[in-house]
Amino acid sequence: MGIETEYGILGGEGARQNPMALSALVVAAYAQAVPRPGRTRWSYESEDPLSDARGWRIDRAVADPSQLTDAGHEDEGRAARGATPGAPETSGPGEPPVAVALTRRRRPVHPERDDPAATNVLLTNGARLYVDHAHPEYSSPEVASARDAVLWDRAGERVMLTAVRTLAASPHTPDVQLYKNNVDGKGASYGTHENYLVDRAVPFGEIVDYLTAFLVTRTVMIGSGRVGLGVRGETPGYQLSQRADYMEAEVGLETTLRRPIINTRDEPHADAGRFRRLHVIIGDANCFETATYLKLGTTSLVLAVLEAAQRGATIPFAWEALHLADPVASVQAVSRDLTLEQTLDMAGDGTPLTALQIQRHYAAGVREVLGETLSDDDAAVLAAWERTLDLLENDREAAAREVEWLAKLRVLEGLRTRHQLSWDHAKLAAIDLQWSDVRPERGICARLRTAGGVAAVVTEDEIERAVSAPPTDTRAWFRGEALRRYPEAVVAAGWDGVVLDVPGEPTLVRIPMPDPRRGTAALMGALLDRHPTAATLVAELGGNAPRT
Amino acid sequence: MTTQHFSPRGGEGDDEGAAPVPTTPAASTQAVDDLLDEIDDVLETNAESFVRGFVQKGGQ
Repeated sequence: MGIETEYGILGGEGARQNPMALSALVVAAYAQAVPRPGRTRWSYESEDPLSDARGWRIDRAVADPSQLTDAGHEDEGRAARGATPGAPETSGPGEPPVAVALTRRRRPVHPERDDPAATNVLLTNGARLYVDHAHPEYSSPEVASARDAVLWDRAGERVMLTAVRTLAASPHTPDVQLYKNNVDGKGASYGTHENYLVDRAVPFGEIVDYLTAFLVTRTVMIGSGRVGLGVRGETPGYQLSQRADYMEAEVGLETTLRRPIINTRDEPHADAGRFRRLHVIIGDANCFETATYLKLGTTSLVLAVLEAAQRGATIPFAWEALHLADPVASVQAVSRDLTLEQTLDMAGDGTPLTALQIQRHYAAGVREVLGETLSDDDAAVLAAWERTLDLLENDREAAAREVEWLAKLRVLEGLRTRHQLSWDHAKLAAIDLQWSDVRPERGICARLRTAGGVAAVVTEDEIERAVSAPPTDTRAWFRGEALRRYPEAVVAAGWDGVVLDVPGEPTLVRIPMPDPRRGTAALMGALLDRHPTAATLVAELGGNAPRT
Repeated sequence: MTTQHFSPRGGEGDDEGAAPVPTTPAASTQAVDDLLDEIDDVLETNAESFVRGFVQKGGQ
C-alpha cells in the first residue's frame, strides 16, 4: 500500500505566482538540496489512467484533460501494454529473487530533452516527488504495514519541509509555503489518495458492495476537520472531513471532477493478472499519525476479509446489512455530525445505524473472519481500531490526542471561547489552513505536538531515516537501493521497473518488478551486495555483458 | 522489522517511546491551553488577508 499527497502551495509576495511553476520549483529545490549524480527520470511505462476496473478503457478523446495524468508520455504506456503479452511469471518458493525477464529499450538520442522540466524526481527512499496538476505531490514508496505507511508519509512532510527551507535560503527564488491539506475554502480541492494492493480474484462489485459504507463512516476516526460547510465554505461551521463536500458519485473513474466514493481507475502498476490497485480518493490529508495509521490499517483489514472470502471464508453476516440508502448524502451527513449520534438510513428495510455502529460491525467482522490469523502488525491495527471507537463513544477528552478532527475542534473552540468568535471569523479559518503548514514553527498541528497534545506512532529518528532509506519489505527497496548504489546507471524508474544504462549492453535494460511484494531486502540484498556496479548485476540477471 | 505498535494507552512491549505516553485528559487540555497562549505569535499576522489569499487550483 501507499499514499500520494498533493500539497497546497502558496508563494511569492504580492502578485500571485503560477502554481505549476512554484510546484516545479519545490521539486527542483529538493533535488538540489539532496544532490546525486545521474539523471534518473520517471518511467511512465505502466501508467494507464483511463483503464476502468469495471472492465473497459475510456477513449483519450472523450476524457477530461485533467484525467490524462500521463500526458506527453502516453506512447510509453501504450508500448508497454502492447509489449507485455499475458501475465508475467508467478512467484513461488523456488524461483529467483526477481522474476527476471529483462526487456530492452533503444537508447534515447537526446536524453537531456526527455524531461526538460525535471519536475519528476525519484528518491532513494523509493518515493516519487513531482508536479501533479498545480501541486507538488509526494507519492510514498510501497509499504507492507500501516505503521510503515505512517513512517514514509511523515518522511514526505520532511521532504516538503526541506524544499521550503531551501527556497527560503536562496535570494533568487520566491519563498514557498506548503500545506498538507485538501481544500482552499474557495471551491478547489486536491487529493490525498490511498492505494491498496488487492488480489485480482476479488470481484470489483464486491469491493463496491462491502467497502462503500466503510469508507463513508471511517471519517469519524480519521477526518482531519474543516472550518466551513459547502464546497466554498459558504455556510459557517465545522465538519469532520476536508473532502466530504467534494464527493459527488458512488462509483466512477474520475478523480478531478464528479469525484466518487469508490474510484475505478484500474492501473495496477503491477502484474494485472494477479493484482488490482484500489485507488481510494475520499480520504483527507492527515497530520495526525494515528489517523494515517488507522486509515491505511483498517481499510487494508476490510479488504483482507474480501480476499479471504475468495479462499473460502464467509463474509460476516452483519456486513450484508451495511448498505447505505444514499451513500453520497451520507458522506456529508457523517462529516457534519459532531455528536456522532445521528443515524444513517440503510437500504431496504435496514435499521438506521450511526457511523460508529457501522464501524463496530466492520471491526467485529474483521475479528470474526481474520482474528486468529492476523499478523502482529494487523492485530495491533485491529486493537487500535476498537479502542478508538471506544474512546469516541465514551471519552472525547482522551480521544482528542488521537482523533485529528477532534483535536482541531478543541483548539478552535478554545479560541472561540477566549475571544467570543463566531464560526465565520477569519482567525478560525486561518487556524484551519495553518494547521498543516509543514514548517514546525508555523504549523498549528506541529505546535500542538510539541505541547504534548498529539499521540505518536513512530519516532523522530525513524522518520529521519525514512527520508532517505526505502522500506525493506516491498519492491520499493530495490527501486531505492538501485538508485542509491548505481546512480550513474539508473536512467529511469517507475513503480514496476527500473531502467539501467550500463557499459557493454547494446541497449538500455529494464528490470521489471511486477510483484510489489518482491524486490525486498531479504530477496535481493545478497544479490546487490555481490555487485558493486550495475554492469555485473545486469550480467548476472541475463544481459549480454561479459561476466566478471 | 520493528515490533513497536501504536498503543495510545501506553501498553504492550514498547521500548523507545513509540507508544504515546499515557495521558490524562488534563494534560491534553493543558496542551491546547499552552498552544492558545502563544497562538498570536504563530498565526499569520493578518489572518483575513492570509485566508483570502489562500487560493489553490483544483487537483485530483
